[in-house]
Amino acid sequence: MGAQLREYRRRIKSVQSTKKITRAMELIAASRIVKAQQRIAASRPYSEAITGVVRTVTAEGVVNEDHPLTTPRENPSRAALVLITSDRGLAGGYSANILRAGEQRIAKLKEDGLETVPFLIGRKAVSFYRFRGRDTSNAWSGFSEQPSYDDARAVGEALLEQFVKGGDDGGVDEIHLIYTRFESMATQKVQHVKLLPLDPDDVPAESDDDDSGGATGLIEFEPEGAGVLDALLPRYLTARIFAAMLDAAASEQSARRRAMKSATDNADELIKQLTRDANAARQAEITQEIMEIVGGAEALAGTGSEL
Amino acid sequence: MQVQLVAPDRMVWSGEAEIVLARTVDGELGILPRHAPLLGVLVESPVTIRREGEDDLVAAVHGGFLSVSEEGVSVLAEIVELSDEIDVPRAREALERSKDSEDDADKAAARRATARLKAAGESV
Repeated sequence: MGAQLREYRRRIKSVQSTKKITRAMELIAASRIVKAQQRIAASRPYSEAITGVVRTVTAEGVVNEDHPLTTPRENPSRAALVLITSDRGLAGGYSANILRAGEQRIAKLKEDGLETVPFLIGRKAVSFYRFRGRDTSNAWSGFSEQPSYDDARAVGEALLEQFVKGGDDGGVDEIHLIYTRFESMATQKVQHVKLLPLDPDDVPAESDDDDSGGATGLIEFEPEGAGVLDALLPRYLTARIFAAMLDAAASEQSARRRAMKSATDNADELIKQLTRDANAARQAEITQEIMEIVGGAEALAGTGSEL
Repeated sequence: MQVQLVAPDRMVWSGEAEIVLARTVDGELGILPRHAPLLGVLVESPVTIRREGEDDLVAAVHGGFLSVSEEGVSVLAEIVELSDEIDVPRAREALERSKDSEDDADKAAARRATARLKAAGESV
């Protein structure tokens, strides 16, 4: 076998084994999307219920309007930016998209005179910030594929502590969140939300009938007044972060599946091309050999010697 | 009346019930059908849901809310443990460890352990 043909065969084998790996990863990611979607569905009753409660409480100013968590600060100086990325790579542009949106948001906040304090979730964000020598003191990782409520609570508590402290004392005045929203198997979008100070208009509305607001004036509170908000808002914040983490986890698997599918398709394409080249090389070799035999036979015939 | 008991990562139970007993920061509370709209902050305590033709559902809730509206009653809590999920010896041990401490974290742990034991039907 010629050297060229051998080289082709070796490459085909190598691409085939790569294809096996990417194909397996694609299937694994596909099955994990389903699980991630189930987790989103399981978390929905709680987040819908707590959102409904927050909406009724804030809607008509039933409770003290000047609550620190709902009032915008007068001269905000620092803003927290929460970025939800993945722990592992091989997911196409998933984490890069979040980090890019993060850079844009930082620039925009800077225009408004706000310094950004990064809150990083996922190893990809942490290494991106560390490589650039930026602050990575608020970082969490190791759970991007399966976030638990406790993970969300850890982040929520850290954010709240900074927010309560305020920008002038080294804390923050605003909290922004960037994550990937899972809309369907085919579409995921990078999404930016301002979590605090809470704008009642930002509280996501329920899709179905929303006439319950009419009864707000009649609601009893235990305890009276701001006590309810003090207990409610931190949990609402954590619920929002948890929901974002679950969406991000499903989006991550979905991005990974897509990246691995295109890697598998590319491997197929490459194998096809290499097989053609290998066949051509083999054919060329055979032609060459026939030519040599014919040439030899003719040379013998020319001398007139017969066997 | 329609009642749902919800934790952040799962719907623990939902269905029809006759009465819901819970403890808010202002005191013990019983919700019967057609109760006026109410929003209460629950302390670490057991919540009892009396069901029609079935045994009572008892669960320990930590850090929760009780929301009563025209549609029904929702009990939301960051941690919900059904009475049969509770590890009694462990809760008792946690209570022993934390009950005499002055530390805030220990006090919270003691309250949680007490709620668990009560929900499991143990005397405290």
